[in-house]
Amino acid sequence: MRKLRGLAFAIAEAIDQEMAHNERLVVLGEDVTYWGAVFGFTMGLFPKYGRERIVDTPITEQTFMGMAVGAASVGLHPVVSLMFVDFCGAGFDQMFNHMAKNHYMSGGQLPMPVTVITAIGGGYGDAAQHSQVLYGLFAHLPGFKIVVPATAYDAKGLTARALADPNPVMIFGHKLLTGLPFLPFEGEEEEVPTERYTVDFGQAAVRRQGRDLTIVAAGLMVPRSLKAAERLAQEGISAEVIDLRTLVPLDETTLVASARKTGRVLIVDEDYMSYGLSGEVAFRIQAGALGSLKAPIQRLAVPDVPIPFSEPLESAVIPSVQRIYEAARSLVGAQALA
Amino acid sequence: MIKPEPSPQDLQYLVAQAGLDADQLRRAYRQLCLIRSFEDLIADRYYIGKTPEFNMAAGPIRGEMHLAVGQEAVAVGVCSLLQESDAVVSTHRPHHHALAKGVEPKKLAAEIFGKASGLCRGKGGHMHLFDTSRHFACSGIVGASFPQAAGAAFAFRKLGQRHVAVAFAGEGAANHGTFAETLNVASVFQLPLVVVIEDNLYADSTPKWAALSTVHHFQRAQSFNVPSYVVDGMDLIDVYRVAKLVIERARNGMGPALIEAVCYRYRGHFEGDAEEYRTREEVERWRALDPIPRLEERLKVLGWADEAMLSRLRDEARQEAEAAILFAESSPLPEPQEALRGVFQ
Repeated sequence: MRKLRGLAFAIAEAIDQEMAHNERLVVLGEDVTYWGAVFGFTMGLFPKYGRERIVDTPITEQTFMGMAVGAASVGLHPVVSLMFVDFCGAGFDQMFNHMAKNHYMSGGQLPMPVTVITAIGGGYGDAAQHSQVLYGLFAHLPGFKIVVPATAYDAKGLTARALADPNPVMIFGHKLLTGLPFLPFEGEEEEVPTERYTVDFGQAAVRRQGRDLTIVAAGLMVPRSLKAAERLAQEGISAEVIDLRTLVPLDETTLVASARKTGRVLIVDEDYMSYGLSGEVAFRIQAGALGSLKAPIQRLAVPDVPIPFSEPLESAVIPSVQRIYEAARSLVGAQALA
Repeated sequence: MIKPEPSPQDLQYLVAQAGLDADQLRRAYRQLCLIRSFEDLIADRYYIGKTPEFNMAAGPIRGEMHLAVGQEAVAVGVCSLLQESDAVVSTHRPHHHALAKGVEPKKLAAEIFGKASGLCRGKGGHMHLFDTSRHFACSGIVGASFPQAAGAAFAFRKLGQRHVAVAFAGEGAANHGTFAETLNVASVFQLPLVVVIEDNLYADSTPKWAALSTVHHFQRAQSFNVPSYVVDGMDLIDVYRVAKLVIERARNGMGPALIEAVCYRYRGHFEGDAEEYRTREEVERWRALDPIPRLEERLKVLGWADEAMLSRLRDEARQEAEAAILFAESSPLPEPQEALRGVFQ
């Protein structure tokens, strides 16, 4: 055990430890050598493994995603860096129509052990093409497992788990949780084991127990929801906070159990509002807990606009601690305050 | 691609051949100085709130910042030949192209500061600058400029307009599929498109040798039957000579062309770049080829400007850049509700 600050080193350490045990793991992507994939997810690997296994590709998302498909089908396990998730457009076809589908379409013949690691999120002024979250797009398509770590402990364990998975897994690391010195950090230093371990997919974590409402979140929205829950607690409102950890598979059991207990649900999402995570989670919860719900399920998400550049505009669209607090307060209403 | 330094006599021949007169060359010099001053001032303001601890989210200019110091001659050499209605599509490193295309420096600076008075009301920011009045656009996504410029060229032809479209991109983008796909389409449709590759040797942190199968881009363009030229991107006159030729040809229905401009960025890929991938000595070697003193020297040799005139032009440019920054700094931020407007018309 030692203290770690953020996801980046935890993910890089998991890759390192698994690479040492598995020669089939190869890292591919832009700037994965000197820059550790910019957001640190491959930091420290280049000096150790060299260009043979840590491979800077040209800026060719379509091609290196396609190469991952081809390499996985004949025995490698590519670990692919998609520098910003916003760049997925340039490699979309290979991801959507091939990486996600080839195993199924081939009647189970083609293996597809590919791990894609990408940086998500805004809040530091990088505007509409470098601030999106977009995990909903990938979760929508059958064939990707979707990992959204909120803590360094989870980031390491979930990454190790992904690197042992025979299927395509996408890991979405939030930039404001990386712990890198050039970005704001909204996580906390945590104890993370130095040895190898895995965290299972499909198991949400209850980060805070509560009675009055359930706040469901992923990624950066987890620490923001926890901060909001602390403020709510000062007013006597007891909020339960659930960290989804993986969107595919989704832990319905934990969600439904919490909704049955509290009767009120607020879903907090940094992705776009419509046709995404918040709607899907709401559907699953109502299907299992309708009789226990005391109020319609509420959601807070980016209100279906691109992420604007200017600070007051960006702050207006990305859910903040203050707006989570207000939404939770209004959902609980006067009863709990009384 | 550093070409032999012309003798005074050859220099006169070269500028005459390019159709450059004293006024034009002095204007070009002033433009180089404007861009240099603008970028220097943006760099200065960018670090407010970011020292001693570099935090990208802090200070009056947030987010990433890609400056073009060293690459000014490519932008000015090409854009000073364009008309207002000609289209330019630029990249994540767009300020020099925008200024060279005539975008108002005040509105440009205000957008970089995220102000309501900016080109895009503060919604776009430094990598997403749009000015329809100057037919200028850019994108933060590598490789996006090629097909969009080809689209503008396609439309100009369909609409019967004798305009030209220019796509700027770095050598990293020339590895992208859109580069090859666009050259093919532009060639088969004979579009009035000029593709300018600013080859500054590094795609982010990745040196050219690790990512390009050939040193040159013109070879690849030639395989699509696109006439292609290599220029010294640190030499305004060399860029201008070739740009004039290919822009006139495109305007006259003679099809697309590629210019490979070998150049260098003195600053990092973005501000905060530790530049582990190159040496200080390499940067210094390229600084010796700085396009601004080189043009100064030539203006003197031609007898078209003396030190006093150069100094006046530099000061004017500096003052214009300073006025732009001041305008940006004193402009108000947009109202938060502006965020919800403008997804659709």
